[in-house]
Amino acid sequence: MIQNLPILIPISLILFAFLSAFLGVMRFRLSQSVALLGALISLVMAVFGLNHVLQEGAISYHLGGWPPPEGIEFVLDHLSAFMVLVITLVGFILLIFPTRPGFLMDEQRGVPLYAMVLMLIAGLCGVVLSGDLFNLYVFLEIASLSTYALVSLGSGRAAFSSFRYLIMATIGGSFYLLGVGFIYFSVGTLNMADILQHLPAVYDSPAVIGGAVLIVAGIALKMALFPLHTWLPDAHSYAPPIVAAFLAAVQIEVSAYVIIRFLLDVFTPELMTATVPLTTVIGWASAAGIIVASVIAIAQTDFKRMLAYSTVGQVAYIGLGIGLANPLGIVGALLHIMAHALMKSCLFLIAGGVYHKTGIKNINDYKGLGRRMPWTMAAFTVSALAMIGIPPTAGFFSKWYLLLGSFDQSNWVFVGVILGSSLLNAVYFFRLIEKVFAPSEDKVEKGADSRGELSWRMLLPIILFAAGILVVGALNVFIVDRFLMPIVAGF
Amino acid sequence: MEEMTFHYSYIMIVILLVVGLYGMLAKRNLVKKVIGLNIFQSAIFLFFIKGAIKEGATVPVIDPELGVEAGLYFNPLPHVMILTAIVVGVAITGVAMALLLTIYRHYGSLDEHRIMERMSK
Repeated sequence: MIQNLPILIPISLILFAFLSAFLGVMRFRLSQSVALLGALISLVMAVFGLNHVLQEGAISYHLGGWPPPEGIEFVLDHLSAFMVLVITLVGFILLIFPTRPGFLMDEQRGVPLYAMVLMLIAGLCGVVLSGDLFNLYVFLEIASLSTYALVSLGSGRAAFSSFRYLIMATIGGSFYLLGVGFIYFSVGTLNMADILQHLPAVYDSPAVIGGAVLIVAGIALKMALFPLHTWLPDAHSYAPPIVAAFLAAVQIEVSAYVIIRFLLDVFTPELMTATVPLTTVIGWASAAGIIVASVIAIAQTDFKRMLAYSTVGQVAYIGLGIGLANPLGIVGALLHIMAHALMKSCLFLIAGGVYHKTGIKNINDYKGLGRRMPWTMAAFTVSALAMIGIPPTAGFFSKWYLLLGSFDQSNWVFVGVILGSSLLNAVYFFRLIEKVFAPSEDKVEKGADSRGELSWRMLLPIILFAAGILVVGALNVFIVDRFLMPIVAGF
Repeated sequence: MEEMTFHYSYIMIVILLVVGLYGMLAKRNLVKKVIGLNIFQSAIFLFFIKGAIKEGATVPVIDPELGVEAGLYFNPLPHVMILTAIVVGVAITGVAMALLLTIYRHYGSLDEHRIMERMSK
């Protein structure tokens, strides 16, 4: 049973996706309950898997009984177990959020909303668990395909921005596939562990270098690494709130995972730092991205659009950690993946909940909401503090490790960028928090139903995410020592 | 010259890649973007198929006369991979077409500039 975990997680999610689609034809409510059940089961399996990996080491599953390198391998090791836990945890909590404010549409029979969401989670889990380059591509595209459909459900320009996103993400995926071709024809294998063994012999071959560049460029496009981020703000701000949370919290970060996996276990740091300065390019592009995205985010007045630009900046922090290419940098990047997943989901759900309740989209109209929605705005404050990086929250500790990594390399520019961007965020979010809790002087209420707290089903996931931010912050030493340090042990 | 005849297919593939990329990024008509996307992907498929070919080898079905010498058969794995990649490509094209349908119903046009104009109104 436990040996089959790597394949069971994506397969059960796909199975529940079909079940949810079929039951949804009869009753919509049923499809959501089934999706929630499927996500819960995968979460339980992820917890079991992580526990098993920590105690007894990695699990390898050979698809169809064919041993690697000939067969396709699914691997649950420290890195993938951590990522699967983040994906399924965030996915499960996001699915609690009710349909109407979450997807901006009425509960209609036959619309396979939750099936698509489960396919998205399944695809992302597949990417993370796959030990085979081509299999990873297929799962990456499964996840992307469901996001195109989900983004297009949003309001206004959603369909058009979804189309643009489709074009850019497909270029990214195709570059990745082309790079896989280069690597495959150079070493004759697709299995990650096998490539790791055979690649050092052909490090200097132009085909391998070209393949590495193509793969990293393709994934960077999917990850929206600055300056390849142009598709992201539109796609994320017009998507429905839950979908935007999924995109920002897990989908983007799975692309970051792919780069980390290639850096650690496929190309090795020698190829990615010594032969071709790929990590250096990623690092400097990210450093520029952090500053530019923070400045643009400050200029936004639409809350969701501001969050979308802030995603570009936050992903760039992960890129900065990858660019450092030292153990502390990677730990910081991974911890930031977890922290960002929690805080960005929380903020997108708040944006969705507030819009549903009061019709407010503009940040300036958040004035005085602290009185009306004390719980929601408390969660907002926690995640805003985490975005800045104030000590008890998770956002502080991930930046702390990134800072330590930069000190380690005496890269003072990166240190300056991290501190400077925190100041930029601080100026901005503190002004926002002050505004939210200031007594509202104007008595004009927007919308008919503008009083009172959000309903408990909206509030529950928001509070869970806010609590998660604090828990991850409090347990950061435990998480880093137990989960993350083994990942970079061989570095 | 012999070198050229064996590698000219790579030149074709590069040309197709560039044509596809140009179509995706520079064309104003959204359907042409999708066509560019298909050309781009086809070029990658051809690249894999080309990589599977060995000179003097035959189709990968074991022939009793040739025995099981691997060098005498084409590499079948790229074909299998590309079969999967074609399925992925068809799915992407399908979703893209569905999106175009929504866009056309909403804006009454598939021209990028005109859609932008109508959006800003």
